[in-house]
Amino acid sequence: MTISGPTAPAGATVAAPDPGDHGRRSRRVRSARALQDRRTGYLLISPTAVIVFTMVLLPILWTVSLAFQDVRLLNLRRTGVIGDYSLDNFDKVLTSPGFVDALITTLVYSVGGTACAIGLGLLTALALRKPFRGRGLVRACMLVPYVAPVVAAAFVWSTMLNPQFGVVNHYGTTLLGWDQPIAFLSSGKPVTVFGLDLHVSQSLLTVVLFEGWRSFPFAFLFLTARLQAIPDSLEEAATVDGATPTQKFFHIVLPQLLPTIAVLTVLRFIWTFNNFDDIYLLTGGGSGTQVVAVRVYDYLINRGDIGAAAAQALVLAAILAVLVTVYLKLFGRSEEVA
Amino acid sequence: MSTVSRDAVERRVLGVLRPLFIAFLLLITLFPFYYMVVLSFRPLQSLLQEPGQLWISPSEFNIDTYKDVLRSTDDGGQGFLNFMKNSFLVAIGTVVLSLLVAVPGAYAVSRLEFFGRRQISAVFLGVYFFPAILLAIPLFVFFTRIEQRGTLTGLLIVYVAQVAAVSIYMLRNYFDTIPASLEEAAAIDGCSRLQAMWHVSLPLALPAIASNALFVFMIAWNEFLFALLFLLEKRQNWTVSLGLSQLAGSIEVPTTVLMAGSVILTVPIIVLFFLSERWLAGGLTAGAEKG
Repeated sequence: MTISGPTAPAGATVAAPDPGDHGRRSRRVRSARALQDRRTGYLLISPTAVIVFTMVLLPILWTVSLAFQDVRLLNLRRTGVIGDYSLDNFDKVLTSPGFVDALITTLVYSVGGTACAIGLGLLTALALRKPFRGRGLVRACMLVPYVAPVVAAAFVWSTMLNPQFGVVNHYGTTLLGWDQPIAFLSSGKPVTVFGLDLHVSQSLLTVVLFEGWRSFPFAFLFLTARLQAIPDSLEEAATVDGATPTQKFFHIVLPQLLPTIAVLTVLRFIWTFNNFDDIYLLTGGGSGTQVVAVRVYDYLINRGDIGAAAAQALVLAAILAVLVTVYLKLFGRSEEVA
Repeated sequence: MSTVSRDAVERRVLGVLRPLFIAFLLLITLFPFYYMVVLSFRPLQSLLQEPGQLWISPSEFNIDTYKDVLRSTDDGGQGFLNFMKNSFLVAIGTVVLSLLVAVPGAYAVSRLEFFGRRQISAVFLGVYFFPAILLAIPLFVFFTRIEQRGTLTGLLIVYVAQVAAVSIYMLRNYFDTIPASLEEAAAIDGCSRLQAMWHVSLPLALPAIASNALFVFMIAWNEFLFALLFLLEKRQNWTVSLGLSQLAGSIEVPTTVLMAGSVILTVPIIVLFFLSERWLAGGLTAGAEKG
């Protein structure tokens, strides 16, 4: 679980706080109280403001500065804010072999992972919509992959998928008639479906499925909350008019869920696009799964090239900003109508 | 007439598919964790010989893997007891510190009129859309230079900064639901703002504070990237997540022992989750209805 992972509700709505109503009091008392409130407000918010400013905002600005300098682990102690600024890092990063591939891999991973998570989350929310005995427990179980530590989840998956003693390959070869065990996490072989080459390696498909498995609970939670808010009367009326279950879903339920799905798409896409943990732990970025975040880590730690790592991270953030803006421009309006 | 029969067919099909799909969901969500527990109690030799066996036969059941993984490195073990201590220290420290800064902050954003109040939450949240790896670079440089990289305190401060915004958001929503008139009544009785906050609103907000605390604990306990970047060179300061990921790469440590480590990493979170599931799910979806 990344730190930003579960912050979704935060991103989902930023409700305007309503100003305190001080009622009918004399103007002077009110303004004295307002002045005091303002002071107390600054006092109470300042610890958070300081810590977020120094540990989040300032570092972002610093990354920008680092991206334009030649900073390496070796000369780290000598670099300051004032240095030799140049575009060398960007030049190096953008023209380096593998960057475009990493970008495409990142896109495939985020689109695939987001689609899997929301698709499975939607099906789960629908399947668990009607009450039945033990539903509360089943619902809680659905959230387990999301709350479990990512390291343990990745490790148990790589054990299950292990070609030598993994349970998946064991039953695949003995029961499903596979010719030989599949190296799910280290195979660069392209996936073919009905003779069609998908240009996606087996390993990339595996990490996409892992991402879908880990984050479908999040979509499920949001969609369940939205489903509960749909008034029963709409569907009851449709039933009286003779609508079948699928008709009710496509004409009544789905339109109501679309705004939530749109928000989920943005949130999941952002997090998957930035995701580092899952791929680093599952494949280490090998066999066609090197996403940009893993590449940044590689530049930072293995090559000790801090400047190039920062430049690459900035490019990642910029592309993400463009994609999200385009999405919001395309779908933002229909969302408001719905 | 045809719609009636179509309706009947669909109902029949869905009636069969629904339980099957629920069973499939339970399988994919729970089986990996079941498999983890089973392997952690089996000797490596038996796993290699019988990879398809999905239960623990009483004869081979043993807890040597747990002993091995928990024992300190001096005694030839993997030192997970020490890793757990580190994880607990960091997670609990993050909870305490983040509540200390976020509860007053959330109260201020919810109740008090001051310049920039509306903008502050938007700014806080906006910056969280930057990749963690982007933030990690300057923090890595900064903590290296002040020689705090490798310390649990450094990690803790980074975690607090990371969870502050979401804590404020969750708690503010709750403070918004507490009627301001209660505090006004206290003010008429002569309470100052801070006294009213302390005696009236905070006690009412306790459920939200508790669920936020659990939420923060889970984030800090599960975190991996910053632990990897900050603590890698200091084995005695590793968290459980980092320890597991590092030892998983080595050939000397058997998979079954690492499965025991995975169980140790997962159990505290799963227990916390099932104890507080109703609260947490409520907190997670607090903003979803308006979404």
